[in-house]
Amino acid sequence: MDTFLGRYKNLIVLAAILFIQIIALAVQVHRPTQGGDTRLLRLWAISAVTPVETAVVHTQKWVNAIWKNYVYLRGVRRENRELRAEIDRMKVEDARYAEDARMARRVQALLAFKEQYVDTTVAAQVIGTSGSEQSRILYLDKGLNDGIKQDMAVITPAGIVGKIVQVFPDSSQVLPINDQFSGVGAALKSSRLQGILRGSSNGVTTLQYVMSDEKVEPGEEVITSGGDRIFPKGLPVGKVVSVEPGKDLFLNIRVVPSARLDQVEEVLVVTKITEKMPDSKDLGPRRASDILAERLPTVPAKPEVDAAGKPKTGAPSGTASGATPTTGTAATAARSGAAATSAANKPATGSSTAAASKTNGSATATHGTPTSATTAGSGGAAKAPKPAAADGTRPAGTVAKPLNGTGTATAPHANTSAPVSGPSPANRPATGNETTPPSKRSKPAPEQTPNPNPQPPSPPHNGEQPPQ
Amino acid sequence: MPFRGSLTSRDQVAVYEFGWPAIIFIPLVAVLIQIFILGKIPFLAAINLPFMVTIFFAVARRNPISGCLTGCAIGLIQDLFAGPHHPLGMYGIALTIIGYSASSLGLKIDVENPGSRFIITYIFFVAHQGIYYGVAHGLLGQVQQWSWSHVAVSALANAVIGIFVFKFLDRFKQR
Repeated sequence: MDTFLGRYKNLIVLAAILFIQIIALAVQVHRPTQGGDTRLLRLWAISAVTPVETAVVHTQKWVNAIWKNYVYLRGVRRENRELRAEIDRMKVEDARYAEDARMARRVQALLAFKEQYVDTTVAAQVIGTSGSEQSRILYLDKGLNDGIKQDMAVITPAGIVGKIVQVFPDSSQVLPINDQFSGVGAALKSSRLQGILRGSSNGVTTLQYVMSDEKVEPGEEVITSGGDRIFPKGLPVGKVVSVEPGKDLFLNIRVVPSARLDQVEEVLVVTKITEKMPDSKDLGPRRASDILAERLPTVPAKPEVDAAGKPKTGAPSGTASGATPTTGTAATAARSGAAATSAANKPATGSSTAAASKTNGSATATHGTPTSATTAGSGGAAKAPKPAAADGTRPAGTVAKPLNGTGTATAPHANTSAPVSGPSPANRPATGNETTPPSKRSKPAPEQTPNPNPQPPSPPHNGEQPPQ
Repeated sequence: MPFRGSLTSRDQVAVYEFGWPAIIFIPLVAVLIQIFILGKIPFLAAINLPFMVTIFFAVARRNPISGCLTGCAIGLIQDLFAGPHHPLGMYGIALTIIGYSASSLGLKIDVENPGSRFIITYIFFVAHQGIYYGVAHGLLGQVQQWSWSHVAVSALANAVIGIFVFKFLDRFKQR
């Protein structure tokens, strides 16, 4: 026996060590850590190492800052000039986007959509990694003491990075989106197709569960869908680089993350996400088209009829007079489908005029005869060749033809519903760079057949489509 | 134990000792450098410093038991920092086997010259990756992707850098 043990001592020790580790593995797999529960050994090890590493990283950063900010300033003047030029260019773009954003918020407010806002963030420094290719965990220098909690989103201005998986007193672990255990609710920006972004052991991220009959093009942007309840909706995720048919009727969409996950240094941890209704009060006066859009999805009230089947006197007839005072009639007209007429009935002051005075162009409903809807913009006039709807039963959204925000559509007759646009493309703010050729501007709105039995347009299914 | 079948001379199989500070701090520093420096530099992420230290100690001490104990300790330290989805013991098992094998091999061949160091580092790196893959895939059922080209290039990089690392660590040897 002694001879046997002596002869195979090395192998026995090896087998014993391996056996203990395999048993330990089995125990860990059998009892996985859940909800922030951390193995004590890990807690001790990471807590012991983090202060040292934080000090080293901050010292390194300090030395770097001294070098970059005080010593190595070559080319700064030129860079400054370029940046100023870029700021000027971006200011122009900003004006465009601001108007788009206002309109989007108005529409969201009308549709009672709740928006998610990144309310509070904590800036953190990446101080380390897992140190292996198999696990892509990142270490941050902020932890429980800084308000970091499990499952918080970690982002950079370029795009999302990952989520917090474990929190220690002064540090935390981030599971990046390219890790094989990561999953993020994502959507394609233009087509709005939703899927799950998954990482892999070799660091490649793919968007999964998009049906193979959908059309996805390389270069398309991927954003967060908000479906995972971790990342707020609309944050940049990455770009599609290749699309291949996958298994089980799904596409295999490879995505390159927007944030450089292998070089990320500073990140923001989203500690609070606020969900609130978009406030449209501070967006300026409401336009007639917005009011119309608000009323469009309602079901029209049936007109009261007498025994002979004729509408009762005073009951909403659906015909609106251009000279009728606004109150009451406008609402009635809108319910009966004469949305455009109701806008025409509204005095063209206040909201409508204010909207028209904006440089980006929007609809103005002029009170009186002839009823007209004018889109203010850079000029040009498009005459609607025919009366829009003699009985005022045409929904506004169906009449308004995109005019690129630069034309004027005029209904020549009184007591007709002019094509006042709702939040239709005609109402879209004309951008500063948008120039419409005169030939296009003068393109008349196509003839629309009045609908004798108007049905209100069905309410939109989701927030993507503004009411028409 | 007689070293029958050894391919080296008695002088070449000399057993080296290390001071306790070196035994404790070299693996620790290697793991910390791996976690806090190499892991943050994309093109150096394939370098596995704890693996190199395991091989160095194993072949220098030429004792299979100490080799597998050293590998187990270094592997477990590496496991500690590898994240919640990475159970303790994955690197531990891999480096235990590597430590044992390297020290057993060190008994039989000359591992002092750069050429042999390059070869054993290359071979053992491939073995290390294979063992890790086997543990993750076979024991834990994790989905792992194996790329021969990636493993070959990583092994080459580790073998080249290993020569310099071993040269540096030779300073801590004590006869």
